[in-house]
Amino acid sequence: MEKLVNVYFFGKRYQVPADLTIMTAMEYAGYTLTRGCGCRHGFCGACATIYRIKGCNELKTCLACQTQVQEGMYIASIPFFPTDKRAYEIEDLKPNQQVMMELYPEIYSCIGCNACTKACTQSLNVMQYIAYAQRGELEKCAEESFDCVSCGCCSVRCPAEISHPMVGLLARRLTGKYIAPESKHLTERVGEINRGEYDQLIEAIMQKPITEMQELYNTRDIEK
Amino acid sequence: MFTETMLESIKKVEATRAARMGTEPRRMTAEEKSELLKQYHPDYRAEGFAEIKIGPNKGQKAPVELTRLLHSNSRLLNENINLENPAYDVDVLVIGGGGAGASAAIEAHEAGANVMIVTKLRIGDANTMMAEGGIQAADKPNDSPVQHYLDAFGGGHFAARPELLRRLVMEAPDAIRWLNKLGVMFDKDEDGTMVTTHGGGTSRKRMHACKDYSGAEIMRTVRDEVLNRQIPVVEFTSAVELIKDDKGQVAGAVLLNMETGDYMVAKAKTVIIATGGAGRLHYQGFPTSNHYGATADGLILGYRAGAPLLYQDTIQYHPTGVAYPSQIFGALVTEKVRSIGAMLVNKDGEAYAHPLETRDVSASAIIRECANGKGVDTPMGSGVWLDTPMIELLHGEGTIEKRIPAMLRMYLNYGIDMRKVPILVYPTLHYQNGGLEIGGEGYTKAIPNLLVAGEAVGGIHGRNRLMGNSLLDIIVFGRNAGKAAAAKAKEVTLGKPNLDHVQAYAKELEAAGLKEDSVSPLLLPKYARHEK
Repeated sequence: MEKLVNVYFFGKRYQVPADLTIMTAMEYAGYTLTRGCGCRHGFCGACATIYRIKGCNELKTCLACQTQVQEGMYIASIPFFPTDKRAYEIEDLKPNQQVMMELYPEIYSCIGCNACTKACTQSLNVMQYIAYAQRGELEKCAEESFDCVSCGCCSVRCPAEISHPMVGLLARRLTGKYIAPESKHLTERVGEINRGEYDQLIEAIMQKPITEMQELYNTRDIEK
Repeated sequence: MFTETMLESIKKVEATRAARMGTEPRRMTAEEKSELLKQYHPDYRAEGFAEIKIGPNKGQKAPVELTRLLHSNSRLLNENINLENPAYDVDVLVIGGGGAGASAAIEAHEAGANVMIVTKLRIGDANTMMAEGGIQAADKPNDSPVQHYLDAFGGGHFAARPELLRRLVMEAPDAIRWLNKLGVMFDKDEDGTMVTTHGGGTSRKRMHACKDYSGAEIMRTVRDEVLNRQIPVVEFTSAVELIKDDKGQVAGAVLLNMETGDYMVAKAKTVIIATGGAGRLHYQGFPTSNHYGATADGLILGYRAGAPLLYQDTIQYHPTGVAYPSQIFGALVTEKVRSIGAMLVNKDGEAYAHPLETRDVSASAIIRECANGKGVDTPMGSGVWLDTPMIELLHGEGTIEKRIPAMLRMYLNYGIDMRKVPILVYPTLHYQNGGLEIGGEGYTKAIPNLLVAGEAVGGIHGRNRLMGNSLLDIIVFGRNAGKAAAAKAKEVTLGKPNLDHVQAYAKELEAAGLKEDSVSPLLLPKYARHEK
């Protein structure tokens, strides 16, 4: 007999097998999910969830697909949260502190409570990456926020009403586009292809009979 | 966290580790690979397939679960939809909000078209978001698009459509450049050189990555660009049928609001199907690495409207899905874990195959080990070890956290530290190699203004796909489809819209004596306990 635990979806009690995740437990309970379910493997942030264990004061946030149920869990999903993404033309931006001041000025209202970091389902140091953004240290902000899945739990808990995932995203795009050094070998290869330097070679290999291709493939040298 | 049996087996893995470290297992010969696939690859299990009885691919095989959907009727069969009063009227309708759909929308918008995206969940809820390991492009001095072509063509069993594969490899460096220009943070050395590794079956190190969030980094960047351009994205809205006109063109789609159940009509001069894969159909009972909405919807829509499929009978099982613990069963363990040094090892601690054979070969070898009692028993079946502690022995402490942080995090959630102990893996349903057939310009063979991009396409890779060529194909073919659709929309004049093909399909089904009680496309898998 499998072990069952009591969980409470939106306050209503269900008994579910103890080895399920919150997401599969909801389905076990009979929910057909449309909202609050995305990749189911921890990459998309669709299943942001807030819970409290009966008898404990602490509120916790998690991804429903990556979190096992526990006895006495009071669970509410947060299928959507109105984070505030500002529209911009990436080509027109400059990678400096000014950009953050203009697009996300509310980051300067951070009161340092660290609720965002505590709420992060990816265990990122969210308050730190916001601090980097405030100082215009975009590359550090990008690095620190890199594993963000935009579940929005940080923003749910933020008294300064910051849309943290959007700040990290802007820092990463600016870093990838402007700050990271150019890949010269890439630029050169694109140029060679555009000049038609591979046209004849590719046409030639496309025309080869299968037997010759098999021979070429099976005897090709493999870089160590 | 591990069972006693597992702990016993780990001791054997540890015992052989030092001796294995300096070695590289022999690669199989072509004959050995061919024999292994025939014996153990799920594509060769006859009971997993059924004959398609109607439509352009009549007489051919497809997975049983897909065939059932192809043999089902439209949910609109008895609905009265007013096609003359569309809620949306656009040049380009993109169905699907993954990497291919977003790339297509950006390029169509760039070309000045009035474009919109409909997607049944949110934009970015797609397999793209979950791709971990990387994206291929031949941009290093020792590499060339021709070498990339050879690797992909051979890895796909010489079945790729040359015209499609040529575009994939020739346009790969520009795809990377485009992404980089949008702000994707690729792993680079201090001088800007891309950090590249091998994938299974590559002969040059051409796998570009963004840690092990490669797809997520690409998806969130292109999504952000779609939103910055204020391209309309209608979320939680499925396309449930294509609309055609009296000239045989497509003329838009009937949409279903997933939350309210309301139907709406989108009129469009060109339609791009970018609906992705089919992992959630759980072919042959396999778990899947795919996202919740991967139910082959676009294949059904296209097929019912008359577009043929290609290679619908070939499926990719990723060799390393999670075999244990149960909470993450079937989740992807990126091939990059092997690219950076982890070996596949059986329960006796033996490295039974080269870790970077192509995916179909590698998956078959795991199935073989488990079938022959060389696997480790788990509550869900069995698996083999992926010897992850090797990575830090080879490349130094901290490598795992830096290069594959998502994997580390996923296992740490369940108390397994892959830096110290190996992990258990078994093949997981990962990719549909086949899909709707297109020509080089991205159009379906049968319908002049219907395009397909991304995983819904068949023929780019042949009968097996190399790691890193799917993130690549969604960008290359997504962009091309967007450009082509925007140009085509200028010359299309739509006739009178109709759903006659839905009625005709129903008659064909009836004539073939097929009476499935389900409707298709499926839209979402049936996971609620009472629906199972």
